[in-house]
Amino acid sequence: MPTKPEATPTTTGTGPIIDVRDLAVHFGLRGSSLARLFGRDAGTVKAVDGVNLTLARGEVVGLVGESGSGKSTLGRALLGLAPATAGSIVFEGQDLATLSRRRLRDLRRHIQMVFQDPSAALNPAMTVEEAVGDALRVHGMRSAEERRVKVIDALERVGLSPVELFLEKYPRDLSGGQKQRVVMARAIITGPSVLVADEPISMLDMSVRAKILQLMLDLKQDLGLTYVYITHDLASAKYFCDRIAIMYLGRIVEIGATEEIFANPRHPYTKALLRAIPDPDPGRQLPRDLPRGEVPDAAAPPLGCAFHPRCKEATPTCGWESRDLRTLVEAHWTRRSPDEYGAERAVVGDIDHFDKPATSTTLGAQGAPAAREFLDRVRIEAPDDPIWGGIESITDDGSGVRVHFHEGIDPALRRAGGVEVACVLYPETSTEG
Amino acid sequence: MRKVFKALAKPFTETAGLARWMLVIGIVITAVFVICAIFAPLLAPYGFDQTSADGVQFVKREAPSGDHVFGTDRLLFDVLSRTIWGARTAIEVVVLSIVICVFVGVPMGLISGYYGGWLDRILLLIMDALFAFPSFLLAIVFAFLLTNKLPSGGFSGVLAVSLSLSVIYVPQYYRVVRNTTVSAKEATYVEAARAIGASDFVIMRRYLFGNVVQSVPVIGTLNAADAILTLAGLGFLGLGIQSTEAAEWGHDLNRALADAGSGIWWTGLYPGLAIVLLVTGLTLVGEGLNETINPTLRRRRLLPVVMTPREGDR
Ligand SMILES: Nc1ncnc2c1ncn2[C@@H]1O[C@H](COP(=O)(O)OP(=O)(O)O)[C@@H](O)[C@H]1O
Ligand code: SF4
Ligand SMILES: [Mg+2]
Repeated sequence: MPTKPEATPTTTGTGPIIDVRDLAVHFGLRGSSLARLFGRDAGTVKAVDGVNLTLARGEVVGLVGESGSGKSTLGRALLGLAPATAGSIVFEGQDLATLSRRRLRDLRRHIQMVFQDPSAALNPAMTVEEAVGDALRVHGMRSAEERRVKVIDALERVGLSPVELFLEKYPRDLSGGQKQRVVMARAIITGPSVLVADEPISMLDMSVRAKILQLMLDLKQDLGLTYVYITHDLASAKYFCDRIAIMYLGRIVEIGATEEIFANPRHPYTKALLRAIPDPDPGRQLPRDLPRGEVPDAAAPPLGCAFHPRCKEATPTCGWESRDLRTLVEAHWTRRSPDEYGAERAVVGDIDHFDKPATSTTLGAQGAPAAREFLDRVRIEAPDDPIWGGIESITDDGSGVRVHFHEGIDPALRRAGGVEVACVLYPETSTEG
Repeated sequence: MRKVFKALAKPFTETAGLARWMLVIGIVITAVFVICAIFAPLLAPYGFDQTSADGVQFVKREAPSGDHVFGTDRLLFDVLSRTIWGARTAIEVVVLSIVICVFVGVPMGLISGYYGGWLDRILLLIMDALFAFPSFLLAIVFAFLLTNKLPSGGFSGVLAVSLSLSVIYVPQYYRVVRNTTVSAKEATYVEAARAIGASDFVIMRRYLFGNVVQSVPVIGTLNAADAILTLAGLGFLGLGIQSTEAAEWGHDLNRALADAGSGIWWTGLYPGLAIVLLVTGLTLVGEGLNETINPTLRRRRLLPVVMTPREGDR
């Protein structure tokens, strides 16, 4: 891979170029038509949930996280493509969240986007010249000759030469890397100052990835661009970004300078992501250590810290709840014989109500002693599971017991060393910096 | 220019076997009728409502002869001339109704599919209702309502019938365009267009239009055949175009009905044959085009797999 040049902030202005404050983007889920008929809400997905992010001029900020963590939605919100539910996005003194559609369209020439799949991002019915030139045409450049001059210039900048060879081509005649270059030409032709690149290399062949990244760095150098680089791949972020924001379920859980994040990762999720980076040395293939479990359902995120079901360092106050108990009990049952399972199932009774997130839930159908005995058996099998610390008390209740969990803490971002982390392991300090 | 030729040649280069033959035969038949329509004044020996030549009245129901190759009918009209002029009326009506359908159905489908919401639901409801209604009945009602309502003139009958036919076929254009728009608008390139600052109008015009009108020619040709039949049906019922206004095969067939009992076959045979031939031609073109443009319907020819004999087999 080519080497990363020093960060060179352009001096065309002072202060942040984009300032995102408490941004939330929620999507209403469409339930079944029957549910809608009875006015029941199918819930919302909090794709972005209270994000603060400041982009300095000329810097490259990486948004890193697993799929579904809200990176693309945050990126789209920066162009006003995803409507902000709450909060503000201030670009050059204007709040995008409150602009009219018309003003927003005008503004888009300054903030542009590169998409993950270059084959899908180009209209199959437009030639390269039409596709790239249309960015100028929609902003009022009527003359085809004028457009052509600019298109040729943009295509040369992205390294598609000889340009004459490409002007009349359709997307289907180009390779993936060439298509991504066309997408980039279209993005830079209006002279933007911010470029949001949503996983720009993840769909490309290995052989062209480094070239495209290098091209992006060259363009940044030449045009004084500010980048938001979205990726699920920390390795490319390390090479490309000045700062990295780690996202999980719509939140930024850790943000700081790239060197600091890599040298001294603080958030357990960041650590897990770092461990999951495949070793470039093929002789030392370590098992990839992804965080345990799946990314939870974004429509009903875990209580407390959203990462707690997968966290290796979770504490009693991280937000333990009924669904965690279900996971634990079901894991226990997978190791039982059918007979044992049948007996225990009778003791425990129905556990479907665990699916409703709650910090207090009932368990047992054959009296409190049997239920307590069952919980003890589960505990002996998994004594180290942090959930046990999260249980505040177990009291008798009806035909079984009621399990009370500690009220969880939803940690806000706070300073820890050179970075900011959202995790209870790093106590909030009253001193600034 | 090369692009246009390439697009025109596509149906030929991309079809094979039966589909190509259907297309070629269909195009030849249709072309013959189109030529008749365009050059009717040159090809037809007489005018469509001419009853005399050189001051001599034609003979009523004259059998085919040298002067009247297809004979004459009971209004003294020359059957050959009316058959040729009839092609002009048929083609006029079909072209006009398709043009109306495209100009109404395509933009409606685009807007409905793109914006969605209540507008989409209302339009869908109306179009589905129109589509569910028995089409011939619908045509009769509209032809009945429109005849004599339009500003009179030689063309008003043709226009009235074309409008009636458009009402029948517009839901199909609307449906196809609307449904393709609903799926196409989710494409990343539409979001990319929005990202460069394109307005809704530009997105519909430059990004969606070209990708959703691809199946319109197929609907057009398939409907054209149906339109010829409906037109003849209306004429047979005496609706729409009057004999003195233009030559219309269905109307002529109606008049020929009385002749059939008395052994006069020529007044009915030729207009009837013309209808059958043109419908066949248009259907062949439509189905042939369908095979090429609609990839889901296209069956790739299976190539036989030739296995080389194994060494030890013999
Ligand atoms: N238009 C939408 N409607 C409903 N839900 C959406 C929409 N876009 C994204 N989401 C949801 O928001 C969450 C974040 O998605 P996304 O921003 O695409 O994540 P990422 O890019 O990090 O993979 C996901 O749970 C996704 O299902
Ligand atoms: S707050 Fe920190 S320790 Fe607790 S679950 Fe979340 S990441 Fe893990
Ligand atoms: Mg994404």
